[in-house]
Amino acid sequence: MSLQISNLSVKVGSNLILKAINLEIKPGEIHALMGPNGSGKSTLANSIMGHPKANRIAGKIILDKKDISSLPTEKRAQAGVFMAFQQPVEISGVSIRNFLRLALLAQKTQFKLNVFQNELDKQAKALKFEPDFLKRSVNEGLSGGEKKRLEILQLLMLKPKYAILDEIDSGLDIDALKTVAQGMLRAKRMGIGLLVITHYSRILKYLLPKKIHILVKGQIVKTGSKQLAEKLEKSGYQAF
Amino acid sequence: MAKTRSHKDLSLTNELDYQYISKPGISENLIREISAYKQEPSWMLAKRLQAFKIFKSKPTPTWGANLSGINYKKIRYFLRPIDKVAGSWSEVPKKIRETYQKIGIPQAERKFLAGVVAQYESMAVYQSLQKQLEKQGVIFLDMDTGFKKHPELVKKYLGTVVPTADNKFSALNTAVWSGGSLVYIPKGVKVDIPLQAYFRINAKQVGQFERTLIIAEAGSQAHYVEGCTAPVYAADSLHAGVVEIIIKPGARLRYTTVQNWSKNVYNLVTKRAFVYEDGIMEWVDGNLGSKTTMKYPSIYLLGTGAKGSVLSIALAGAGQHQDVGTKIIHGAPNTSSSVVSKSISKESGRTSYRGLIKIPKNVKNCTASVVCDALLLNKNSRTDTYPKMEVYEADSGVTHEATVGQIGADQLFYLKSRGISENEARNIIVQGFIEPIVKELPLEYAIELNRLIKLEMSGLVG
Repeated sequence: MSLQISNLSVKVGSNLILKAINLEIKPGEIHALMGPNGSGKSTLANSIMGHPKANRIAGKIILDKKDISSLPTEKRAQAGVFMAFQQPVEISGVSIRNFLRLALLAQKTQFKLNVFQNELDKQAKALKFEPDFLKRSVNEGLSGGEKKRLEILQLLMLKPKYAILDEIDSGLDIDALKTVAQGMLRAKRMGIGLLVITHYSRILKYLLPKKIHILVKGQIVKTGSKQLAEKLEKSGYQAF
Repeated sequence: MAKTRSHKDLSLTNELDYQYISKPGISENLIREISAYKQEPSWMLAKRLQAFKIFKSKPTPTWGANLSGINYKKIRYFLRPIDKVAGSWSEVPKKIRETYQKIGIPQAERKFLAGVVAQYESMAVYQSLQKQLEKQGVIFLDMDTGFKKHPELVKKYLGTVVPTADNKFSALNTAVWSGGSLVYIPKGVKVDIPLQAYFRINAKQVGQFERTLIIAEAGSQAHYVEGCTAPVYAADSLHAGVVEIIIKPGARLRYTTVQNWSKNVYNLVTKRAFVYEDGIMEWVDGNLGSKTTMKYPSIYLLGTGAKGSVLSIALAGAGQHQDVGTKIIHGAPNTSSSVVSKSISKESGRTSYRGLIKIPKNVKNCTASVVCDALLLNKNSRTDTYPKMEVYEADSGVTHEATVGQIGADQLFYLKSRGISENEARNIIVQGFIEPIVKELPLEYAIELNRLIKLEMSGLVG
């Protein structure tokens, strides 16, 4: 059981962005993917989720032995992949509560409405949202921090098998960072495998990832333990 | 249960006496026959005949939607309750029959909406509502009955808000009107339940030249709801209604319409409200059906402190043109108005917003805001905005915002990443877009409207 990225090469337009990427994340594991601007981190997230502009030219994405490389985005989500967006998109006039209900219905998840409502209220509270927050439109007029916490709320409610979190820590103050990290640790305890894409090591102090991968110019140049993050803090990406 | 026509009904009329009455085409003879059939007083006949002259003298307007397809000679201007619109269920277009099924309209009601039966048994809920209203002195009747029972009231107010000569179609309506509602709310009375023409569903209600008159006395409150979300099949292709509303000082009225005429109909409606001191008028208007709609619910703010608002939504699919908007005249100081217009165009559909806000010189301290949002679903969809602001008084606050948008690729990707299919994602975005209007509708209308838009979006309904 794993989310396996095997020999994945991706073009965006005519540019080769990812070159033969290999990664494997098991249930309940946290991996971090770090790299400088323009190294291809977001492209990797988009490729796993099946963004139409990420053109896979070689390699495979295998989810629990099932090849999902050619599936459309919604089928990948239904198979158990989730992506937290760097810039979550506004859906005007659709309440967060209703949106999550529709997403669960779309994934053909069996649930009882009252059980869903109770769990949603509980998870929202744990992420420090006010009760009325769930009535607001998806991402519309939310602060940067609220948007990021909402991505985590979606993760916890949709309960995928694996999730890619693209710069979930950017623009968060220290309290929000902690709240988000705690939410991710709850996801880990549910058995969700997490790939955390980040520029900075500060969130990793809470998450204690099993592995850290360094992406430079579309290639994973180094994989190691959390000491790797400490090394990065000191000397930057030049060392790689 | 649907009523079938009985021998008794038939015996009331004699086919030979009325040689024009249900035939296509309009003439002085037809108008005399309508008036005689209804046993109207002579002043009403005179009014009808004068209106017919005005109708003939006015050209079909060319400033808005294309109306060149109207063939006045082919339209039946009057239907007796015993004249069925469609001969039988099988004559009703298949698409309309399927839509009734999909949005869950009960069988008996379907036949009525399609014009196969002329009467639809009033529901028990209407009868008990009627008793309650009578106690409060409220009049809520179809206009034919209302005119018979309260001729003085009708005589006093009819044509005072929308004069016969206002436009070609108000003249036509005055000449051949039938059906509509007469509503009278006595002073200080607050009607809690929406007055829903839907519950009083009968042939007189969905007449194609219906005339509605609503009088809200000082300090009264009511909510009137007309139309229904289910498509109303009309074999004849012209609907020209007139709605006149008088809001006395401190009264408040909301008028909600959901229009879904079959897609062969020219829907040309004149709706206007006069609002006196501190009165409030709210139009909530949904336009889904028809081939061409021209409708601009208007508000004349005639007393200090009067308020008006218009919330409208229009959906235009292939071959449809929804030319809608509003006219608000600030005729007194300290008046305020707000307009929110949302439109969706899909395939070759076209929506237009045509609005006028007028604040004359020396009418002080007025505020007006207009927001128009258009959503285009296809490359060949079209939307136009014609907002006119005639503000002659510097001491006014007027704002106007307009947006035109499409469903963004980034929105679709976000929704799909949550496991939602492309169709469902589009549907969610559209429902969100119209939500500010839908939430103002009575619940059952909101549910039906959402269901219907979902059907339209999936392309199952033409």
